[in-house]
Amino acid sequence: MAVIRDMIPPFELYQPAGVGDAVRLLNEHADRGWVLAGGLDTFDWFKDRIKRPAAVIDLGGIDELRGIAAGPDGGLDIGAMTSLTELSENGDVRSRYPLLAEAAELVATPQIRNQGTLGGNIAQDTRCWYYRSGWPCYRAGGNICYAATPRSMNREHCILGASRCVAVNPSDTAPALVALDAQMVVANVSGETTYAAEDFFIGPDIDITRMTVLEPGDLLTRIRLPAPQAGARYYFEKIRDRKSWDFSLASVATVLDVEAGVIRDARVVVNGVAPYPVRLGASEVAVRGRSPDDEAGQAAGAAAVAGARALRHNDYKIALMRNLVRRSIRDAA
Amino acid sequence: MDFLRRALNPWGEEVPMGVSWDLAWAAVALGALFVIGHALLIPKKTGGGKADADAEEAEGLPKKILRHSLGARAFHWSMTVAMFVLLITAFFPLLGIRFPWVTIHWIAGFGLILTLIYHIYHALTKQDMGAMWIGRQDVDETAKSLKVALRASEEEPPRSGKYPPDQKMFHHVATGVTVGAIVTGLLMMFRIDHFLWGQNPYLFSDAVWGWIYVVHGVCGIGLIFLVIAHVYFAIRPEKRWMTWSMIHGWIDRDRYLQNHDPKRWVVARGETAEGRGDGQSS
Repeated sequence: MAVIRDMIPPFELYQPAGVGDAVRLLNEHADRGWVLAGGLDTFDWFKDRIKRPAAVIDLGGIDELRGIAAGPDGGLDIGAMTSLTELSENGDVRSRYPLLAEAAELVATPQIRNQGTLGGNIAQDTRCWYYRSGWPCYRAGGNICYAATPRSMNREHCILGASRCVAVNPSDTAPALVALDAQMVVANVSGETTYAAEDFFIGPDIDITRMTVLEPGDLLTRIRLPAPQAGARYYFEKIRDRKSWDFSLASVATVLDVEAGVIRDARVVVNGVAPYPVRLGASEVAVRGRSPDDEAGQAAGAAAVAGARALRHNDYKIALMRNLVRRSIRDAA
Repeated sequence: MDFLRRALNPWGEEVPMGVSWDLAWAAVALGALFVIGHALLIPKKTGGGKADADAEEAEGLPKKILRHSLGARAFHWSMTVAMFVLLITAFFPLLGIRFPWVTIHWIAGFGLILTLIYHIYHALTKQDMGAMWIGRQDVDETAKSLKVALRASEEEPPRSGKYPPDQKMFHHVATGVTVGAIVTGLLMMFRIDHFLWGQNPYLFSDAVWGWIYVVHGVCGIGLIFLVIAHVYFAIRPEKRWMTWSMIHGWIDRDRYLQNHDPKRWVVARGETAEGRGDGQSS
C-alpha cells in the first residue's frame, strides 16, 4: 500500500483564542477532532494519512496556555503550550526543578524544542512503527500486536507493563513530572479535573488505544509542580542510540529526599521501558533509610528489574534499566 | 450501523477485526423491548398449571419437594457469578469505565469452564438428562400455553414435566451461545500473555482470527440479551417460586401439583426435600 507523504488530507481548521472556545470545539467534534499543539507528532500522522480527523483545533493562538508562573503553593504553574526551549531555559525551572529542565533539554533538537510544547511532549503517541505504519494492531482497534510476535522487530519495545500491546511511552518530560509529583489540569465542557502525573499516564490494560487519561473532548491545559523539598536531590538520564535527535531507549528520573546522609523518601521513575512512565515502588522501598551510595543503588536496580520480561530483541533493556536506576541513586545531586 | 469492524492487514487484505460494539447497545435495546413487550402483552397469571391442587394427586406427597439439589444450585450461582464478571469485564470498558479487565476476564472464563465441567458431570451421573430434552409433548404444551397467553383459548394451561418448555429452550440456547464464547475465548488466549500456555499468533490466518473474534463478540452480545430475559423471568411474579426454588432447593406440594404433571415428573410418595440430595425424582 503506497503512502503519499506530500499532501495532507483536508480538514476544517479551527483557531480558538481561548480555552473555553477550544474545549467547546473539542466537545463538538469529539473523536473526529484533533488537538494541534506544536504539530511535531501531528504532521507525521497526517502526512502518512493514518489519522484523518475532520477538524483540527489549533491551540497556537491561546495565550493563556503559554508561560510559566508561580503556583499557589510555592510551586510552578506551567501552561501546556509552553515550548520546551522556554521550559528548559526558564530560570525558576533551572534552579528549582533541574530534573525537568534537563529532561526538556534532552528532547530531540533545538529546532524541535523551539516548536514542541510541554503538553505535546507529555501527550504524544507511541513510536511503535507497526502502529505508526497504520496496521490494525490492538492500539489501532485491531486484535493483534505485531510487535509481540515471535518474528517481530521489537528492540525498542517494553519490558514492563505489557498487556497485549508492547509499545512504550516516548516522552522525556513525563518521567520527570511523575518523579516531581506534578499535577495535570485537564479541561472539558464539564469543567476542570486535576490528575496526579502518575495517574495521568495509563497502560494498555486500562485502555489499549490511549496512553493518557485524555479522552475526546479533553484538553490538557496546565502542569502544576509542587514546591520543591529542601534537601532534595535529582537525577535524570536518557539513553538513546545517538547523542541527539532521538527518542530514548530508556530514561530514569529520580528525586531523593535526603536528610543527614540518609534517604528519607524516594521517587524513582523509568520511561521507555513500559507503555507508561513506571514508578518503581520496590526500588523506592529498597533505598529508604539507606545512604545514597552504590550499595543502595544496586539494591534499587535489582528491585527495578524484578518482573521485567524481555521480548525477542530487547533483553538489553533489563541490564540498562538496572544500571540506570543504580546510577540514579548513587549519583543524584 | 456496521455489523463488523474491518481493517486492512499488512498484506492489504481486508479482514474482519470483530463485531461492531454498536450491536451491544442493540442487544440492550432488544432486551428492553422484549421485557416491556412481554410485560404488557402477557398477563401475569398465564403461566402453566391448574388453579387448585388435586387432593387425590396430593395424597402421600411430602410438603416440600426437591427441585434443585445443592449441587445444582451451587452450579447455577457459581455460573451466575462467572457470567456477570465476564459481562462486566467485557462491556464496562466500552462504557468508559476503565480498569485492567483482561486478566479478570479470562480467569472468570476459566471459572465458567470449571462450573460447566461440574454441571456436565452432575447431569450425567446424578440427574435425568431426559428431563431437559424437548419432546413432542413440549411442542404441544408450548402451543397451548401460547394460545392461552394470547387469549386465543379458554382452556387451562397444561402442566409441564420437571422443566417447562421455555426453560428448556432457554437452557439450550444459552448452552450454545456460552459454548461458542468459551471455545473462541480459549482460542483468543493464544493471542494474550498468560501463564497457562504460550502465545501463538500464527495459529490461524488473519481472516480466521478475525472470525473467531466476531463469533466471540456475537456470543457475548447474545448473552447480554439472554441475561436480561433470564433476570426478567426470574423476577416475574408468577415465576418467583421457581427463583426461590433455585435458592432453597424445594417447591411446596401445591406448586408442584399446580404446575407440574406428576406423570411426567414423578415424585416418590413419602420422599422429602431433605431426604434426597440429587434433586432428581424421576
